[in-house]
Amino acid sequence: MYVADSRSSKAPAAPAPASGGPGRRGALRAVPGTVLALGAVSLVTDVSSEMVSAVLPLYLLTGLGLSPLGFGLLDGIQNGFSALVRLAGGHLADRRGRDGAARHKAVAAVGYGLSALCKPLLLLVHTVPLIGAVIAVDRTGKGLRTAPRDAMISLSTEPAHRGRAFGVHRAMDTAGALLGPLTAFLVLRLAGGPLLADGGERHGYDAVFTVSACVAALGVLILLLFVPNRQVADGPSTAAPSLRDSLALLRLPGLRRLTLCAVLLGLTTVSDSFLYLLIQRRLGLDTSLFPLLPLGTAAAFLLLAVPLGALADRIGRRRLFLAGHAVLLLAYGLLLSPVSGVPAVVCVLLLHGAFYAATDGVLAAAAADAVPAGQRGAGLALVGTGQALARFACSLLFGALWSAVGGTGALGWSAGALAVCVLGAAAVLREPAAPGDPAAPGDPAAPREPDTPRDPAATASEEPS
Amino acid sequence: MNRLQNRTRVIVLLVAVLLLGAVGTGAVLYAADRTAQRDQAQPGGPAVAEGAVTLQGPSGGRELVFRNMAWGPHRDELTAVPADRPDGPRTASGVQCLRFYAAAGTGICLQSQHGALEDTYRAVVLDDHLRERRSFPAAGIPTRSRVSPSGHLAAWTVFVSGDSYAGTDFSTRTSIVDVRDWNLRDNLETFDVIKDGHPYQAHDINIWGVTFADDNAFYATLATGGHTYLVHGDLAAHSLTTLHENVECPSLSPDGTRIAYKKRVPGASPDAPWRLYVLDLATMTETATAEQRNIDDQAVWSDTGTLLYAMPGDYGADLWTVPADGGGAPRRVTQAAVAPAYLG
Repeated sequence: MYVADSRSSKAPAAPAPASGGPGRRGALRAVPGTVLALGAVSLVTDVSSEMVSAVLPLYLLTGLGLSPLGFGLLDGIQNGFSALVRLAGGHLADRRGRDGAARHKAVAAVGYGLSALCKPLLLLVHTVPLIGAVIAVDRTGKGLRTAPRDAMISLSTEPAHRGRAFGVHRAMDTAGALLGPLTAFLVLRLAGGPLLADGGERHGYDAVFTVSACVAALGVLILLLFVPNRQVADGPSTAAPSLRDSLALLRLPGLRRLTLCAVLLGLTTVSDSFLYLLIQRRLGLDTSLFPLLPLGTAAAFLLLAVPLGALADRIGRRRLFLAGHAVLLLAYGLLLSPVSGVPAVVCVLLLHGAFYAATDGVLAAAAADAVPAGQRGAGLALVGTGQALARFACSLLFGALWSAVGGTGALGWSAGALAVCVLGAAAVLREPAAPGDPAAPGDPAAPREPDTPRDPAATASEEPS
Repeated sequence: MNRLQNRTRVIVLLVAVLLLGAVGTGAVLYAADRTAQRDQAQPGGPAVAEGAVTLQGPSGGRELVFRNMAWGPHRDELTAVPADRPDGPRTASGVQCLRFYAAAGTGICLQSQHGALEDTYRAVVLDDHLRERRSFPAAGIPTRSRVSPSGHLAAWTVFVSGDSYAGTDFSTRTSIVDVRDWNLRDNLETFDVIKDGHPYQAHDINIWGVTFADDNAFYATLATGGHTYLVHGDLAAHSLTTLHENVECPSLSPDGTRIAYKKRVPGASPDAPWRLYVLDLATMTETATAEQRNIDDQAVWSDTGTLLYAMPGDYGADLWTVPADGGGAPRRVTQAAVAPAYLG
């Protein structure tokens, strides 16, 4: 069963400042230490999680002797649950502590901590229902921390440079996702055994889980030590948004439009699993190369996240978000065309990675523009959750469509729908007059309306810089 | 925390890195030590000695070849024993396989290969002296393998796992190759599916566990929409036709009349959902065997009335036997063995 796209709620990443040059140094200067610290936390945490996910199938199959086709798959339910947890995380993070500062760091720490605790638990549980429960808790932690983390990134960065800051974070995150499986492999190799020693040989896997737990603990520690409690542009300390206030955020026209577009476009974003299946079938890829496809997307994402994030700061985040979906449309088009062979596969993966680089962090940056600082967590969670749920719905629709008209037909319909949605979104989305420019009036529709829930003075365009 | 000096923070971090690094290193060293013990033969384990193993007309009568899982230097190698004394001394071939099957002088061996960055898997077609004839890269963890009675066709199934975070979504890939012209059907999912008499397509189709009737017809498991089906496959027609529901890992009897298979029984725990059943193809009657435990193997027919299959054991797996007609009782035939095939 193929369920909603994994990357929608996760942030894969790459090493940020690879190449030198004065331009790049300038770019780095514009990225605050908090963002680098959060990037390091995500990198380390992703190494830890991806270590586990890389060996989990092998472990279940050969360490525990469980046949993977014997599981009940809970992914669908978990995705829905995780989306709700994300909303809760965003809302809770906006509430104020005794010192008057928002609790972004505390909620994020709970999220990272929960996931870290799950790693040693894997040493103790050996049945399908319990392993399923541990994975569910792990994902709960992930859902909880996503919105406060993105809120902290946005609040610690000058509005003019948010796109690049999110790009740097996503690149670091993806780097962790790529390093994780390699680390797991190295640990298994050092632990001595052949990787596929079926028959209760658990020691190598236990070593992987232990190392993963240590790495996760390090991530939590980096968060606690190097991410400040209060961000530069945190809202006024009197504000303590209620649940009502958080929901009322959707009355902000700027945020409402962005959420609507994210949902519409999410409904036509075919999940990674489906896309890889279609790449294999349509482009004639050898089945043995199938496991490499996600690596291709991640590598492209890693390389393009920073430059495209910076581009978003220059040409406008909404514009680039739309352009990213146009790139995805190109990938669909290539898949539907009669071309085949490895070069075509590489092109599609490059476009797919570019799509993520142009939309993942960029959407968060765009959403930050439309939400007052005091409610940043809840606002980002709303947009992100809307997008994630839409993508999940898309997976269900796409599966049904596949049964009716076949994979190629389903992709054809999706491409048509995506084209319509891109055009519709282009009509609805308005770029703030000068994105991120503190002197600019900002999105005329967004922050200054009478129904702005809280502290209208603290809108994105007026944050201190 | 904010008031902590930068220096203090860095020191705290360094100390933590050292401590956590020590824990991680300890865990790896402990695992390496435990793994190394597996290269030492255990007292009381089966006797294993190096020798010649062939897949063609054993001189001394019928033989049973399987992957030896007993600890010691020949762990994971193909070993041969006389078919009438499966618990006897094992002759080790030096060829390592995770999964194996053979018929009429053709062997199929699913191996892992250690690479620099990751392990990869391949399916190797072996000749009657266990020499490699040709190999094919495989996309994931090997699980099932079969050879047609003539030795002309070989099939294998591997698990492919998705990339989703902490993902539990697995799929399978099943391939069939003709060893006469090396015509490879890379992915049986591309075959035309006829389900309940109608053409059928779905994204979630998975195929596994091929068992051959002849050089064109075969049976396998097809899964879609949460159900599994016994399908009849036709290589020339490029088609799969559903015959019966709730059938996994079919194994066709030597006389071609019955299918031994794993049936998912209602009310069983999710860790142990399957029991060993036999299906009569003429009447579609199901018979439960006397094996009451959960089974996760594609059984082998030792003769027209007896099944051989692997069950979890102290060294990974043991081989057990049970009558196919539902009578008798299961009996362990040898320890520390998996993936058996009868020769001769």
